[in-house]
Amino acid sequence: MNELRDLYQQVILDHYKQPRNFYRLKPATHHAKGHNPLCGDEVDIWLDIQDNIIRDIGFTGQGCAISTASASLMTEALRGKTLSEAHQIFDEVRAMVTTDTQLTSPAGKLMVLAGVRQFPARVKCAMLAWHTLNAALNHQTKPVSTEQT
Amino acid sequence: MSSSMINTQPRLSHEFDVGSVRQDFPILNTSVHHQKLVYLDNAATTQKPQAVLDALTHYYQHDNANVHRGVHALSERATQAFEAARETVRHFIGARHAQEIIFVRSTTEAINLVAGSFARPRLKPDDEILITEMEHHSNIVPWQLVCQQTGACLKVAPMDDQGILQMHEFEKQIGPRTRLVALTHVSNALGSINPLQEIIHLAKSRGAVVLIDGAQAVAHLPVNVSQLNCDFYAFSGHKLYGPTGTGVLYGRAELLESMPPWQGGGDMIRSVTFEHTEYNDIPYKFEAGTPDIAGVIGLAAAIRYLENLGLGPIHAHEQTLLHYATERLSNLPGLRIIGQSPQKSSLISFVMDGVHPHDIGTILDGEGIAIRTGHHCAMPIMDHFKVPATARASFALYNTTEEIDALVSGLNHVTQWFGK
Repeated sequence: MNELRDLYQQVILDHYKQPRNFYRLKPATHHAKGHNPLCGDEVDIWLDIQDNIIRDIGFTGQGCAISTASASLMTEALRGKTLSEAHQIFDEVRAMVTTDTQLTSPAGKLMVLAGVRQFPARVKCAMLAWHTLNAALNHQTKPVSTEQT
Repeated sequence: MSSSMINTQPRLSHEFDVGSVRQDFPILNTSVHHQKLVYLDNAATTQKPQAVLDALTHYYQHDNANVHRGVHALSERATQAFEAARETVRHFIGARHAQEIIFVRSTTEAINLVAGSFARPRLKPDDEILITEMEHHSNIVPWQLVCQQTGACLKVAPMDDQGILQMHEFEKQIGPRTRLVALTHVSNALGSINPLQEIIHLAKSRGAVVLIDGAQAVAHLPVNVSQLNCDFYAFSGHKLYGPTGTGVLYGRAELLESMPPWQGGGDMIRSVTFEHTEYNDIPYKFEAGTPDIAGVIGLAAAIRYLENLGLGPIHAHEQTLLHYATERLSNLPGLRIIGQSPQKSSLISFVMDGVHPHDIGTILDGEGIAIRTGHHCAMPIMDHFKVPATARASFALYNTTEEIDALVSGLNHVTQWFGK
């Protein structure tokens, strides 16, 4: 049950019930769509990037507590960041939820996602928004699927 | 079958002793996350009784050899056990001839065999295949492939919001071009039991061939293919308390004989030269390559186990569980049951306000309770009910009302986690 408490921390439940930056950007300079066919989760990530800086970022879609909170926390962590900072945070989050690596960047709030580590079946939920972000930054047009990696 | 609700904790039938049945399934003593396992994912796969495990071990320890080949003693014994299993299956589903029983890998493979060997060579452009809205992907996609290959079109008979097939619509959809009707006996995502007698009579009176997907039926209801008068009936061994990797296709002998082989190889031939191959008789014509001999022998052990308990008492026990669970889950605030047909097999699909099924599944797992969450390989059903996924608790002969109480207690914890 302690592992469950690590997974469903207050911050996660709060971001699930009241997702931040839950909107579509119009116009968006970057956009990608992500899908987890196993559970039906869908996410769209919308970005406004000027001079290599993420001026605005929002998301839309529907999903479980973990995928929704992860997307919400991601948008908070990345607003105002440079692209190279965003890539670094992506790498750190991925390492954190799949291995025992600690987070070192200033985006410390993302630490709450570390609880997912204990639930291998839920890692895809936590990473869906992040892989979709990566696709958006790379102008990938094909929707991201958790089942293609 | 009664659809009335039972209001108090019911007393289970005297002829069915679930306590002693549970002793037959060693895995039920397992702990998960330091909690006693409560296994409610039986529609995905069932656990195996000791009799099945013993049959597998005995075969590998004493009889293991390839079938239909050797003259030596072990090959004889393996062949005899394998063919005895065919007879066990024949009797179990009420087929007239053992040669109408083809061993395959799964229900999916059985349906693909019919798609590839029956439908694909016969269907012409504008011929029609009729399925229903409540099919598993494995009874949708093989027909879509056939339609792409032949120019035939796929028609879909709708269900209503209770999860009941709309018979008048179904009847309207069977036209002069309907060559094949393929539908499920019991819906894996809703539990609805389709009125097969009526459907098959209707389809056959209009000249269509009928395939029934029995994957979710054979473990829960007595099935007799001769009485049903269907042309094909497909099911899996592993949902029937047997080993994974085994499945059965029943096909009417005349149809099977008229169909070309599906796969080529050993066992399916009578003679081979480089110029010409003569095929074996049914069922061997459709059993190329070494089959899952141990699995089939294990499946026969599972069927004997079920027949010994009796499908009637099993059905009554499971209906008691279903009605008890339906009553208790209906009283949970914010919980909605998806699929409310009065004719239901023992499973409950549900959603909860403000909680994704995946999170329900993870929290229940923390309490040792195994349920299925997701789209259940039936995405069109999810679309009908406008949900991305559901949680599904499915009950088997070894489940108890106490386990349903544990489920309800777990769901109350879900509400506490996600409450305001």
